[in-house]
Amino acid sequence: MSALSDNLVTFAILAYLIAMIGHAVEYALGNARTRVAAAAPVRELVGAGGGVVPTPPSAPVPSSAAADRSARRARLAGLIGVGATAVAALLHLAALVTRGLAADRMPWGNMYEFVLTVTFIGVAAWLVVLWKRPSLRKLGLFLTLVMVLLVATAELVLYVPIVPLVPALNSYWFVIHVSTIVFASGIFLLGAVPAVGFLMRNGYEQGKRSFPYTLAKRLPGAVSLERLTFALHAFAFPIFTFAVIAGAIWAEAAWGRPWGWDPKETWAFISWVVYAGYLHARATPSVKRNVATWLAVLGFLTMLMNLFGVNIFFTGLHSYGGLD
Amino acid sequence: MTVVDDRPETVAPAPRRRPNRLLALLRNSWRQLTSMRTALILLFLLAVAAIPGSVLPQRGISPEKVNEYFVDHPDWAPRLDRIGAFEVFGSVWFSAIYLLLFTSLIGCITPRLRDHIRALRSRPPAAPKRMARLPQHTVLPAPPGGAVAIAEVLRKRRWRVEVRGDEVSAEKGYLKETGNLLFHTSLIAVLISVALGSWYGWSGNRLLVAGADNSFCNTRQQYAEAKLGPQVDSADLPRFCLRLDDFQARFLPSGQPEFFNATVTVDGPDEPTRSADFSVNSPLRLGDASVYLLGHGYAPVIRYTDRFGNSQVSDEPFLTTGDMGLTSEGLAAFPDANVDPATGQRAPNEQMAFTGIYLPTAPEQAPFVRSEYPTERNPALNLVAYRGNLGLDAGIPGSVYQLDQRQVRAGKVQEVGTKLLRKGETWKLDDGTTVEFLGTERYVTLSIRHDPGATPLLISCGFLLVGLMGSLFGRRRRVFFRVVPADPAEGSPTDGSSLVEAGGLPRADYPGFADEFAQLIAAVNGDERASAGADSSDRAGVREGAE
Repeated sequence: MSALSDNLVTFAILAYLIAMIGHAVEYALGNARTRVAAAAPVRELVGAGGGVVPTPPSAPVPSSAAADRSARRARLAGLIGVGATAVAALLHLAALVTRGLAADRMPWGNMYEFVLTVTFIGVAAWLVVLWKRPSLRKLGLFLTLVMVLLVATAELVLYVPIVPLVPALNSYWFVIHVSTIVFASGIFLLGAVPAVGFLMRNGYEQGKRSFPYTLAKRLPGAVSLERLTFALHAFAFPIFTFAVIAGAIWAEAAWGRPWGWDPKETWAFISWVVYAGYLHARATPSVKRNVATWLAVLGFLTMLMNLFGVNIFFTGLHSYGGLD
Repeated sequence: MTVVDDRPETVAPAPRRRPNRLLALLRNSWRQLTSMRTALILLFLLAVAAIPGSVLPQRGISPEKVNEYFVDHPDWAPRLDRIGAFEVFGSVWFSAIYLLLFTSLIGCITPRLRDHIRALRSRPPAAPKRMARLPQHTVLPAPPGGAVAIAEVLRKRRWRVEVRGDEVSAEKGYLKETGNLLFHTSLIAVLISVALGSWYGWSGNRLLVAGADNSFCNTRQQYAEAKLGPQVDSADLPRFCLRLDDFQARFLPSGQPEFFNATVTVDGPDEPTRSADFSVNSPLRLGDASVYLLGHGYAPVIRYTDRFGNSQVSDEPFLTTGDMGLTSEGLAAFPDANVDPATGQRAPNEQMAFTGIYLPTAPEQAPFVRSEYPTERNPALNLVAYRGNLGLDAGIPGSVYQLDQRQVRAGKVQEVGTKLLRKGETWKLDDGTTVEFLGTERYVTLSIRHDPGATPLLISCGFLLVGLMGSLFGRRRRVFFRVVPADPAEGSPTDGSSLVEAGGLPRADYPGFADEFAQLIAAVNGDERASAGADSSDRAGVREGAE
């Protein structure tokens, strides 16, 4: 069962790669829908594409069909990307379930399992967002890229064989605290994707044409990216707050104090403060939206620091990473 | 920390004869401090200031690591120490940041609390003259019943409604501000709870070796280290005694611990003697005090028989060195060894001490320095014997776990020999005296605490969470309806043909307001036609934003 879980993770990574390629192809083929939908600019676009497709500019009908075909292809690639993401998410879930069955406990006992679960929450939430707002599909390129990177890091660097929990983790608070931390982290992870997307897209919309901004050429509009960023963070923040409180209740029972500035606790505090800063900045009209969004990105960096930095560089009471 | 404020500025430019500069400065500073901008900067500073607390070792968490740091970085450590870098969370600058932040917070929420109470007690404001200027606006045929019927629909949907003649004003979503204020007030309560805990709480750590002779009573003197809050007196500690009867531990084949349980006999407080079990994650609650199991180890029982034939037994705990196999180090000191029983004459230079490494599962061959498994599969005690003046009589406080190395360096204590002892083995020293390894006792590391701030802290956190959700998901918005007679030029000004002008104003960022407004209009109208009409124009706006 353990080996099956490991294989499923590998397959999930492959599926994420396929999804990423699908989204990348759609990205490369261009923003098909706007080409078709916007009736007036068709002629212009044909003119621009004239060098590639040898169509006389005086005959817009066949070239419109060509644009149409290209649009359909791009859309197909994007849908393949979405489909592959869904398949990857299912494989990912199966990997977690088999890992949990093999270990006979919730699969959150070490860093490998933690990252695997956080990324799963991230992708599952992404599919929900996509279902509600299909127009955000093109963000999938960045999301699948993040997935490939994180899940592959988990597989290659963080992997540890299954062991039972240490006595300190053997408590029902383990399920409450870790599940909510994992859930909130997954949503924050997903939230960081539109946040970065917004920062690039916002720059692009303001006329910046240098390197990172040009990547955002085909992203959804800055306003909708920003809204999504806020919605995800506003959703995750109370869960994260609850998770930290649950951790404090557990720490009181296990270590004799609710809060002791253990490195992991300190960084959770830092993340909480930064995300609280983001929500305040977002709610203040005088603070520019891109300044606020930078705070969200910073918040995610502190989450990453708490996961990787604290587990690897610091020793503390939360040393369950499993890496030696 | 005002989010949206459409109140007119109440600061009237009252002409003053002589503006007091100091007052003006104070007022401006206060305004600066309570502004959102300052609060955000302070929040950010708080996050940055917490970083050194995780990077540098902290006295409150691991004092031994702070000492190590002093040894490793002799230049930097004293300088860092001067600025409080080893006690970040109690340092002046960290406290300054959070106290300023909380002052800013209080300065911000107090007027908001006042305004909110006023808003809760006041009626929704009158409809604006030109409703077309509101973010949501539509005109629909008046429903039968006019303003009263509209008010009824709104009340059913739990709006706060005010009817003024032909006008209906309604407001909803006070929960947002209520939650907001609750959240921020709870934060202050959290801070107060923590302060309560540190003022009125106490805690102590100690090792407890199994056996009746080693029982422990809760007094200040019996703790290796104790911290009493400024408001706590030694006499305030609750009276109880603990005796460790049994300690069980189970390990995986890899040596990873799987299960711990300590069985103790408890005497008091206010209860008869009884037996109790506790373990990691389930502390022993004794009235005001809680006993936490932090660690465990072995205390080798060593009997030394001196040249007069007097035997003494030491069962000092040996401290674990942090490896999986519970390799432990410690000291068995016999300062009263070789005292002539006939004369009672002390022999300060004939005192005995044994430093040792205890291996619960010793390897098959040398070197015998590292245990292979945490349970006693092949127990062995590697002892080094010392004879001489241990320096314990000098009154200089020293560790009970380590031999005073100053005495060794000064040549006052001499090494006599080294030997690996199995359980039950006896070692005859050069002077004919013997040392015997009788076995081991288990010991546990306990933390005993009382935190009166814990319960208020938990309650504050509960309110904090409720308030947070209210503030994030509540949405304050207003709608207005005005029944206007239809233009007499177009038709007869009868009741049935009059129109209703409706407007909506979300008071915070609320993308779904257009939908809600449209639904409301449909409900007022009693049919779907108006709703569809309002929909198409309003939703288009939303789509534009969403795409």
